[in-house]
Amino acid sequence: MNFTLFDLKIVEYSFFITAILVIMIGLYGALVKKSLIKVVIGLSIFDSGINLLLISIGYITSGTAPIFSPALVKDMPLTLENIKKLSEGMVDPVPQALVLTAIVIGFGVTAVALSLVIRLYRHHQTLNIDEIKNLKW
Amino acid sequence: MKMKKILVISLLAVFGVYLAEVLFKLDFGRQFFQQGVKDFYLITSPIKLQVANTVTAIVVNFRGFDTLGEVTVLFLATTAMGSILYKGRHQLGERTVLFSGSRIVTTGSRLLFPAIILLGAYVFIHGHLTPGGGFQGGVIIATGFLLMLMAYADYTVSHVVLSVVESLAGITFATIGLLGMLHGGSFLQDFLPNGSLNDLLSGGIIPIIYIAVGFKVGAELTGLIYTALNEKD
Repeated sequence: MNFTLFDLKIVEYSFFITAILVIMIGLYGALVKKSLIKVVIGLSIFDSGINLLLISIGYITSGTAPIFSPALVKDMPLTLENIKKLSEGMVDPVPQALVLTAIVIGFGVTAVALSLVIRLYRHHQTLNIDEIKNLKW
Repeated sequence: MKMKKILVISLLAVFGVYLAEVLFKLDFGRQFFQQGVKDFYLITSPIKLQVANTVTAIVVNFRGFDTLGEVTVLFLATTAMGSILYKGRHQLGERTVLFSGSRIVTTGSRLLFPAIILLGAYVFIHGHLTPGGGFQGGVIIATGFLLMLMAYADYTVSHVVLSVVESLAGITFATIGLLGMLHGGSFLQDFLPNGSLNDLLSGGIIPIIYIAVGFKVGAELTGLIYTALNEKD
């Protein structure tokens, strides 16, 4: 039998563990840090963690990218059987399309949040949450 | 102060353990659905639409309306950022980054700039054949403009040109959707011939829409960077 690194459970689950850890780090930064810039960075890291989680849920063991490139199709005729055989070794394309949307939305949110931070800094001359009275929790 | 940190860490630990438990029950790398959405997309995309990149087929063809909304969100983010950071229309402030780069930086970036634009155009024109697409290509083009804005202290981008490019690209997207409607289908119906798999001119309306998205995203992100750099006090 050919033993690969992916047969170890811990290596397989390390994708999920990493994604959860990234989410936790982002949430920690957003909840605990005092500087507003760091809060925005925390939200951005949180976003990346969720994207990583979605992608790793869509993964299928030893799957390839869902692209029918010339090297993969070769001169095979495009019959239903051939395409079905090729598509069995491919990962799920739906989470990837969803993550593409999520990245763009996350980018927009980060941009607007940062511009609000710039405005707050101009108004209060500080980025510390404790010194801006209305933002304390 | 210490209390809050401990509270947050314990809360996050509980949340993480429960999330991990659910995910470990899912079993990594297993095919969850025997007959699912995945099979439909993977079979329909090369046979019916003649598109090699399935992710592009999903984003632009099957979920094209969703992508129109996504582009609108990006447009709204740019508009919101402009209205937050500027006092009046096109009323630029002083550049916040005033120093210019050394001679090596300026010469190197002038050399790299056309290559970066070319790479971005390649990525969004080949969006239906290779990994990448309109959003990725647009971001690459915007990084080229970011490099120029960082290297030269007096490099300017015209807001008028940016908004014209952006509007034209958005109008192209919406017009193609309406043409599909006129052709006797629904909004964003595929009405062009599909061609054959792995040809540059294949996939019906997908390349046209992705080129429009590439121009739109490139113009929007460039405007965003320029807005943030020239923010008015």
